Amino acid sequence: MSAPTETAAGFRYSWGGDEFLFVEVAEEMDLAANFRAAALCQRLAADRPAGIIDICPSNASLLLRFDPDVLAPDVLLARVRELATETADLAGQVLSSRLIEVPVWYDDPFTNEVGERFRDNRHEPDSTDLDFAATQNGLASRAEFISRHHSAPWIVTMVGFVAGLPFMYQMVPRAEQLEVPKYLLPRTDTPKLTIGHGGCFSCIYSVRGAGGYQMFGVAAAPIYDPRQTLADFADSAVLFRPGDVVTYTPVTEERYREIQAEVAAGTWRYDLRPVTVDLAAAVADPRAYNERLLEAPRVP
Amino acid sequence: MSLEIEQPGLHTTVQDLGRPGLYHLGIPQGGALDRSSAILANALVGNEPAAALFECTYLGPTFTTTEPTLLAVTGASVQLLVNGDPAPSWATVALVAGDRVSFGYVTAGARYYLAFAGGIDVPEDLGSRSTYQVGSLGGFHNRALAAGDDVPVGTPSGPAPAPGTALPEELRPVFPTEVDLRVIPGLYDHRLTEAGRETLFSATWRLTPVADRTGMRFEGATLDWRERVPPFGAGSDPSNIVDAGYPVGSIQVPNGTQPIILHRDAVSGGGYAVVATVISADLDRVAQCMPGTNTRFVEVDMDAALAARRAGREHLERSLAAVAG
Repeated sequence: MSAPTETAAGFRYSWGGDEFLFVEVAEEMDLAANFRAAALCQRLAADRPAGIIDICPSNASLLLRFDPDVLAPDVLLARVRELATETADLAGQVLSSRLIEVPVWYDDPFTNEVGERFRDNRHEPDSTDLDFAATQNGLASRAEFISRHHSAPWIVTMVGFVAGLPFMYQMVPRAEQLEVPKYLLPRTDTPKLTIGHGGCFSCIYSVRGAGGYQMFGVAAAPIYDPRQTLADFADSAVLFRPGDVVTYTPVTEERYREIQAEVAAGTWRYDLRPVTVDLAAAVADPRAYNERLLEAPRVP
Repeated sequence: MSLEIEQPGLHTTVQDLGRPGLYHLGIPQGGALDRSSAILANALVGNEPAAALFECTYLGPTFTTTEPTLLAVTGASVQLLVNGDPAPSWATVALVAGDRVSFGYVTAGARYYLAFAGGIDVPEDLGSRSTYQVGSLGGFHNRALAAGDDVPVGTPSGPAPAPGTALPEELRPVFPTEVDLRVIPGLYDHRLTEAGRETLFSATWRLTPVADRTGMRFEGATLDWRERVPPFGAGSDPSNIVDAGYPVGSIQVPNGTQPIILHRDAVSGGGYAVVATVISADLDRVAQCMPGTNTRFVEVDMDAALAARRAGREHLERSLAAVAG
């Protein structure tokens, strides 16, 4: 069997050992590449040939795990190529998704303390992560950076690294992308629920631990609930799914404390609405499309 | 029935065959790193292949049984001691209440497995008892064992091999200090220079002490990457890519030095180029590499990988048949 390096629909295929098939949609990140990967994953999930174990969408690629005893690699490859050809053109394609509002306490004392503790790991030890990010993006102040950070929604491009951690790409043209390098040296500690940023990607640290992304704030409510005690986690211990559209909402310390109390009481619910993303329209004019998307009705 | 843990050993965790199907959420399948040894340990005490057992790394635990049970030790070569007296590995061993079990030093391999009739009886999380500490899932309180733990063992549900039953010597794995691992090149090996790709397969890579259930780091040479303009979102180092999924067994080479093989508790993705992936038939052997093991990556194609997978399964089936008598 030859190595599957030829391309179909401009995609590149490669085996990850005998149990994984990697499909690279594009080498560089953009919204269209992400949507192509998401569309192919959505079609694969609907088609779901027996022997597929995992369908893992990523930023501009996807990774499939399969059982080669059930599904022969060449049969899988042929099927994926077919579906890739069918889904390569975004025109007329929709992604079944959800709009999730995430309350964030920006410029909070927890991440500021950890940032200061690891100041020597930063590019500019005497700055803060938010000030550094503002300067890097040619913005006048941390307030302006925070505003840009929550003024347009983000799409979950990948869930992973560790359990339940979402990576997000802001749904704006490339020229408006916020880009910040990672810490020079990774930290050995990051507060749980830190809003992180590396390259053009936002993330939410689902658990406390090591990390290298810049830290801008903390989310007020959990995004990973392994005991599945909160209602939003009844079906899955992990809140986010690839393809979810996320809006960050700035909250005050007072509101943050209220939400924490609701979490402790077990009554907290996310504002979570089903949406259908028109992929071609979203790529063509992200700004206009986002405004329409955010008007999605709340489900009672 | 329970096991009273006197000393936990270096890193002893409860494992079974893992929780597949959640990788898209960043939750690895996990489970015993050396699956064949785990399945055989279970068979020797009459358990199903997926029963939960202990995975011990380098240094094993010391514990006392509260009731009679059957024990089997498989995997890395280590002296099993019952009340201080040597007892056989790869065999069904009967224990009585109050027996104190301990271990000598590992002489070959890195991980060994302790199966008990009835299996370790901790709650399942997401369909598995495997310990995944990062995500607070499975195991004994989601963590490695500690002194003073009282670990429950389930009730045996079926017949078990008679005490003294053993896997014949010729069917047991050996753990050499020089290991060839078969890999399929891929994902981003085209980002290496010709010389870099050649070095990947010609160099001898030595396993460093940085080796755990997530990944194992090797050292020995430096790989050169092709010059390029970094793609948007990839990062500036030539070994960086736009973050993508990582296969289990995949080999990434941050900065071109110190390849890391991800194992069954893999991080599910990241921003380093994967250049090859260890084939499924050789993952158990990776699990048994001790620090200092000299390793070569041997390039194979998919057909060879599938043949090795069949051969591995046939060997396991022969071993299971031998234990069943």
